[in-house]
Amino acid sequence: MSFARSSLNDTGLRLLSALLLLAVWQAASLSGSALLPGPVAVARALIDDAANGYLLSDLGYTLVRVIAAFVVAMAVGSAIGMLMGRSRRVDGLFDLWLVLGLNIPALVIIILCYLWIGLDETAAIAAVALNKIPQTATILREGARSVDASLLQVAEVFGLPWLRKMRSTYLPQLYPYFMAAARSGLSLIWKIVLVVELIGRSNGVGFRLGLYFQFFDIANILAYSASFIAIVLAIEGFLIRPLERRLTRWRQ
Amino acid sequence: MSALDVAIARKTYRKGSGITALAELAFAVPAGQFLCIVGPSGCGKTTLLSVVAGLDRDFEGTVGRGADARIGFVFQTPRLMPWLSARDNVRLALEPRPREEGRAEALLREMNLNGQLNSYPGHLSGGQQRRVALARAFVNEPELLLLDEPFTSLDAPTAQQLRDLLLALWQKQRPTVLFVTHDLREALSLGDRILFLSAGPGRIVLDLPVELARPRLPDSPAVEAARKRLLDIYPDLLRGLDAPKRAEDAA
Repeated sequence: MSFARSSLNDTGLRLLSALLLLAVWQAASLSGSALLPGPVAVARALIDDAANGYLLSDLGYTLVRVIAAFVVAMAVGSAIGMLMGRSRRVDGLFDLWLVLGLNIPALVIIILCYLWIGLDETAAIAAVALNKIPQTATILREGARSVDASLLQVAEVFGLPWLRKMRSTYLPQLYPYFMAAARSGLSLIWKIVLVVELIGRSNGVGFRLGLYFQFFDIANILAYSASFIAIVLAIEGFLIRPLERRLTRWRQ
Repeated sequence: MSALDVAIARKTYRKGSGITALAELAFAVPAGQFLCIVGPSGCGKTTLLSVVAGLDRDFEGTVGRGADARIGFVFQTPRLMPWLSARDNVRLALEPRPREEGRAEALLREMNLNGQLNSYPGHLSGGQQRRVALARAFVNEPELLLLDEPFTSLDAPTAQQLRDLLLALWQKQRPTVLFVTHDLREALSLGDRILFLSAGPGRIVLDLPVELARPRLPDSPAVEAARKRLLDIYPDLLRGLDAPKRAEDAA
């Protein structure tokens, strides 16, 4: 019993869960309504999209936008968060900005960016990054506040140069916060990228979803969503999780 | 010529309490001397080490120790980086140069940590962690070594092993040592000289040369006799109350 249970716990349970989802989906689509095509119909749409070349190029555009916005948001947000966590004065000065940033609807930032910067790639990426920066800053501020200063003193006593001090004693204390920000960032960013594409771009998954929305083509909407979810899961599984394991090896 | 010249007029904590931690504290330490500093808790011993190490520059007075004297520091807790192996923790105190290569490993082997070179601190015992911290303090052959009650919260045999190790390394490298403790037996067994501080703000109550022959153990009759004699003459010494400075009577 215990053996069956432990082997089910990991991959088996996940597989079972995926199969269950497919089964529920298939059962729900049996009514034959156009509102919910079944898994087979969606898979067929997916193959067609891949064959005519749109799918890959749209996924590529969206992925590049996600990566660009992610890098900008992580870099700027982390820097702001670390500064705010370190200095009470900086924190007091910008805390209100952060609260504002966290609460402005994503759509407002997107519209304003398009209006102020223009309907171009810079505006699109800026809009997505601006949506994520306050969240990254908030998480990293928490991390910087919890930094153990007694470990930094060690670096000071032994006269470590600034860069080495950061690398060996400061940044490792923030790694869990970087990882948390990266994780939540990835899922937030790709959702916002789709909205940005829907409103102001002429390619990418978001643009294509808008098109299929006008055609009432639900099979293709689901096909596009599923393929991008697969990409995000792959990034999580092959990039973020191994990186996290590496950075927290000492905890095991 | 002294390796360390301390003249602190006043050290006050500005934030919060505004407590004066140290006042009119002046002493000089000749090169290579093992100086113990004994005082009640709260007398500013840790503050004194921070000031001498240059971690705390917010005080009135001067600390003369040569601008770029190499400093070793052993803190009250090991303060190892949990994400670095024992070897990398020790290497932290070294400049990353080819000629320093292998020094951390050699010292750790000398300290019986050969099997733990690649272990993370979380996998080491308390005594092993202290040994790594001691290795980190000695690895760059410091001219000035500061220790802040480094062996408290260890069981007696482990603490004694570490004291022996400390003395062996000191005799080999001969740094000037400032060893802070509240344990009179430990101070008598280790030091060439003991400074007794008053309760905060810390001032020197007694400056006592220790001339007992080495090696001495904290529980040896000679140390015990010296301790008894000292407390007979200055019964209030460990409470940090003012006592006349008549060191020659005791030692």
